[in-house]
Amino acid sequence: MDFNASLFIQYLIIGVASGALIALIALGYTLVYGIVELINFAHGEVFMMGAFLALTVVGLAGLNADSSWSSIVGVALLTLAAAMLFSALINAGIDRIAYRRLRNAPRLAPLIAAIGFSFILQNIGIYWLGANPVTAPTLLPNEYRAFNVLTEWFGLDTRIRLRLLDIGVIGITVPLLAFLTWFVYRTRTGKAMRAVAQDREAAALMGIDINRTITTAFLLGGALAGAAGMIALFYNNAARFQMGFRYGLFAFTAAVLGGIGNLSGAVLGGLLIGVVWALSDGFMKEYIPAWGAQWTPAVIFGVLVIVMVFKPSGLLGEQTADKV
Amino acid sequence: MDPRVEKLVQAFQTGAIDRRALIIRAAALGLSAAAVSSALRTAGVAAQDASPAASPAASPAASPVGEATLVGNPNIPHITDTSKGVIKFYSSWPMIAGNEQIGGDMREAVVMALEDYGNAAGGFALEYEALDDAIASTGNWDAGRESENANTAVNDPDAMVYLGTYNSGAAAISIPILNAVPMAMISPANTYAGLTQAVEGVTEPGEPDKYYPSGERNYMRNTVADHIQGGAQANWSVENGLTSAYILHDNELYGRGVAAAYQLYFQQLGGEVLGFEGYQRDAPDYLALATSIADRAPSVVYVGAVNTNNPGKLVQDLRSVMPPDQVTIVLPDGCFSQGFIDAAADAGEGCYVTFGGVPPAYLEGALGEEWVTRMEERLGHLPDAYATYSYEAAIIAIQAIDQVQEKDRAAILDTMFATQGFVGLSGTYGFTETGDPDKPSVFLSQIQDGQFVEVGYINPPTA
Repeated sequence: MDFNASLFIQYLIIGVASGALIALIALGYTLVYGIVELINFAHGEVFMMGAFLALTVVGLAGLNADSSWSSIVGVALLTLAAAMLFSALINAGIDRIAYRRLRNAPRLAPLIAAIGFSFILQNIGIYWLGANPVTAPTLLPNEYRAFNVLTEWFGLDTRIRLRLLDIGVIGITVPLLAFLTWFVYRTRTGKAMRAVAQDREAAALMGIDINRTITTAFLLGGALAGAAGMIALFYNNAARFQMGFRYGLFAFTAAVLGGIGNLSGAVLGGLLIGVVWALSDGFMKEYIPAWGAQWTPAVIFGVLVIVMVFKPSGLLGEQTADKV
Repeated sequence: MDPRVEKLVQAFQTGAIDRRALIIRAAALGLSAAAVSSALRTAGVAAQDASPAASPAASPAASPVGEATLVGNPNIPHITDTSKGVIKFYSSWPMIAGNEQIGGDMREAVVMALEDYGNAAGGFALEYEALDDAIASTGNWDAGRESENANTAVNDPDAMVYLGTYNSGAAAISIPILNAVPMAMISPANTYAGLTQAVEGVTEPGEPDKYYPSGERNYMRNTVADHIQGGAQANWSVENGLTSAYILHDNELYGRGVAAAYQLYFQQLGGEVLGFEGYQRDAPDYLALATSIADRAPSVVYVGAVNTNNPGKLVQDLRSVMPPDQVTIVLPDGCFSQGFIDAAADAGEGCYVTFGGVPPAYLEGALGEEWVTRMEERLGHLPDAYATYSYEAAIIAIQAIDQVQEKDRAAILDTMFATQGFVGLSGTYGFTETGDPDKPSVFLSQIQDGQFVEVGYINPPTA
């Protein structure tokens, strides 16, 4: 069978957009793991909380597709900031309430606490917006929701579809990733975070406030999760109390795949998983007739197993000096 | 007039019993509400009736007990004495998360059925406990919880009947547990064909015998099996010029089963199946899957799923690449709920959804309409589609106890299985030798302006 290049590119676009979202969440996992070596299983639910807050804020603003562009953009930016702040505070709050008290406990204790908080947040989600999926308010007129940038703006005669939503999710994700990289590598606090990640006791001896630095990492990770929550809300057009589970699982896998504790690795892992997911869901059946979307999780975790077998530290895991 | 009725009327006239007790006792004598009303008029006491112009059956103002005597087999006398002790009903279905309203409505329907029969049957006081087979972490039914529920019922000596389940996969867990006893299990919602019969191309090898290790049947349902629903959907699709289908399912027993039935009949009727695959119910999005389906340009996409398995999001993504004028989307009764309409949002408009039976909003006649009114008063909303069948399932069990008059699980099971001439809210039916209803009907609706709108009743292919 001939290679269908346009279809392949189509799945790459879908995969990169989904992967960007996964990368944002994966950064939260990797930031926290890098500093306290804790797999924060509640991170997916912090992401869900960000989506729920965004849904609530936009709902209160009463916007719809007939609202002016300026008010839509203004409220969207305000909502993004609110979701980031809200999720950051939840993440830091969990650390303050539970993880900090368990700093010197066996590693299993904070892990179980994280799973516990994951369930608590899911139940809060149920009480907040109910158990059924909640559809996002329609902010874009229908003609823009299916708007193909390649044909409408560039006049290309192609079946490849690049939606405004795809550009939007990448357009918000990339600046956030750039900001995080700048923060970690170019600021004093970022330097402190890297110092704590490498040797907590030595950092403390150098006068770094360990708890404050760890709290900063939780705030940053939570803020990224909040941003991802809002993006996911409008990209998927829905939010549900369980949305953090699968995204969280993929993001955690992305962080491990790229080399947990490594910022670039988390991004690479996220994009890889997004692309593998899209190709497995859609492209594989072009060549293997019996293939179906039911195999996707097996493929993603299969890739993870293969990478772990041959490179246990992850794809970019050797950059231990940069570990955060 | 029958001297026993005359005595009853006299007791009513002297104030020894109230109207409710009168009707219950009259029902126990085998009289219908209309007959009691007639007897009252003959005795010149119609003026005491709260609604003298109409018979209790037709009057919403009349006592519920009077109406309830009309649902069920009218030839089975109802016994309201409770001197023999207690018989307990257990039900098991999801009642949290996305199933909170569906499960809650079903539970309330059982409670109303018991109340309508005075919480008594066959000389026993009736008690009811509603068990939840869902777990909080998923909001869905759980095999461990379902097994625990079935064992709870088995180990309770007062338990004679198990009402449930909602999900066919859960029934596959509990049927064998109850079969070993044996205890009667009646489901108002399961539709997977393999639970009761073998259908080539639809059910798995070994079904349904593997669910009945004792070799005897203990399970029945008053809903339509999937091979009939899927067959009717396929028949309707082909009749309407939809000749190529892409079929998706949620990987569960029910979703895969109804999708397999659709595939089987669609192919038999000459349709071309372009794909048959399961989707991940908790995937964040289905854009890649939808894109691959759009690339094959089917005329119909079939989604075999229950609402809690994310078909709303799937339909949203399907519609984002396949507008309604290009592709018709058809779904089974697992999506016949407001929850699906809400989850699919605008993308749900124009989708066709079936229901095996008659949904509450379309129940006709005084009996059905009044039942809906009473349920609406209790719930504050239109009851879920499966509440109807929960109500009837409870009454089938009550009438079996009325006949057996003993705390005998096997005898109650046999009597329930032998149910015939049961006057339900949407028609009269009985059970076949497989435990399925003998007069199935499939209702087809289309989502329009956020509501299920009747298209009509459809049938499976005849040959």
